[in-house]
Amino acid sequence: MARVVILGGGVSGHTAATFLAKWLGRDHEVVVVTPNAKWNWIPSNIWVGVGGMRKEEVIFELDPVYKKAGIDYRQAKAISIHPEGGADVAKQFVTIEYTGQGKEGNSEQLTYDYLVNATGPKLNFGATEGLGPDNGYTVSVCTADHAVHASEKLDELIAQMKSGEEKKILIGTGHGMCTCQGAAFEYTFNVDHKLREEGVRDKATITYISNEYELGDFGVGGMHIKLGGYVTSGKVFAESLYTERNVKWIKRAHVNKVEADRVHYESLDGSMHEEEFDFSMLIPPFAGAGMKAYDKAGEDITSKIFNPGGFMFVDADYSKGAKPFEDWDAADWPSYLQNPTYKNMYAVGIAFAPPHLISKPMKSPNGTPINPTPPRTGMPSAMMGKAVAQSLKDIILNSATEPTHTANMSEMGAACVASAGKGIFSGSAVAMTMYPVIPNYKKYEYGRDLNGTFGEIGLAGHWVKHFLHFAFLWKAKLKPFWTIIPE
Amino acid sequence: MKIKPYSQNAYTPVPSAFTKFRRNCVIWQFFRFIVINIKMTVLILKSHH
Repeated sequence: MARVVILGGGVSGHTAATFLAKWLGRDHEVVVVTPNAKWNWIPSNIWVGVGGMRKEEVIFELDPVYKKAGIDYRQAKAISIHPEGGADVAKQFVTIEYTGQGKEGNSEQLTYDYLVNATGPKLNFGATEGLGPDNGYTVSVCTADHAVHASEKLDELIAQMKSGEEKKILIGTGHGMCTCQGAAFEYTFNVDHKLREEGVRDKATITYISNEYELGDFGVGGMHIKLGGYVTSGKVFAESLYTERNVKWIKRAHVNKVEADRVHYESLDGSMHEEEFDFSMLIPPFAGAGMKAYDKAGEDITSKIFNPGGFMFVDADYSKGAKPFEDWDAADWPSYLQNPTYKNMYAVGIAFAPPHLISKPMKSPNGTPINPTPPRTGMPSAMMGKAVAQSLKDIILNSATEPTHTANMSEMGAACVASAGKGIFSGSAVAMTMYPVIPNYKKYEYGRDLNGTFGEIGLAGHWVKHFLHFAFLWKAKLKPFWTIIPE
Repeated sequence: MKIKPYSQNAYTPVPSAFTKFRRNCVIWQFFRFIVINIKMTVLILKSHH
């Protein structure tokens, strides 16, 4: 009997766990270690953040779902990995510390045959002074609780605007190395939509601040689409929307400090600026979960397993990271998500270490990096979770000696639906696809297949996003026919 | 919305009234809903290896 331990129960970890439990049956063990008691459909947090959805509509209890699936659920966080075992434990294990289930604070050594690291991001609000809802001055929509808090603050602001006050709203990225610009993009236009519905849009100045070189970069180096008889950059498409909605934008910005009423930021040209706000939602940079790793003798081997950001090394070509952007290649990206040193360890979603950025690295004259980091969320992370589950199924049940399925971001596409306002007849969203995620300028003139890369805004996009909300929650709850809903 | 000459929004395309109408026209958007779903399904089928 094999035991597969999955660290993290987000999109990629939950996908891997549920498929493995289905395929392996009760003859093998699937264990999920996650500090959270509830699963969160994060894309809909945007709507919670403007009061368009209740928190309860985007979360559900994990325990009954895992019981139904036969998954051993441990509400705990992973502290360290011991891929060679230890002095007292011959088999490889992870040390976990419980955060719930009545065992809060208790530690345990959990042995494994196969380990899937799907720990997702640590929201690194500490990277920028004054950033975040807990110890700073900005709100967030990164968790359901953060989104509820953001909605409450927004309601307070709207009440003040209704009494005649004019307000400044600042939304965007809170550091030069952020990813997930899509969430800031969505929140910007959902706030705009909400203010129009409340009849106070004329009382607000909305500004978007971003570490992107150009709007529409989204950490994937932007994209080209066919539009109006032209092949045009996504920058044009994005700027058009900001102009239409009367949103100012600041790009190439590294926010280095947040105060109660303003942010301080450095521009890519090295100049320093301030921007005032009354309400601000800034996305934090992401870091790895911060696990340590030790060999059998107890020596710290963290740097052998994880990069300095805390992301796990897999079968990528990391030598290319030190080379210029022009030397990067689609082949640098990992296929099997397998750790090269310990072959029974895999990393999926945010947890794997990318070989390098996707967008071109940029530095200010002061040496400050100002560029988006690679997104590994949403559809690609679910595909990674499923591909690793398929490989492990073949290894465990069919005696395969190597992984059998790939999830290479240079060979997969991504679909993204970015809400620009909620409402069955008044809503809109930008529906986008790109293929492949990693641009390949050797194969495609514009880096991507223009037949698989498109974007349009409209009511239909909102319907798609709302449909996906229900479909993916249905799938995550393992309701009837959940497997036919694709990743 | 007013365009201010030489400001950042003076150099971007903006949708015409007809384009805005199509974005919210339920009949047209119903067809776009089908098209978007087909495009996404094709993308998903191409992406699994």
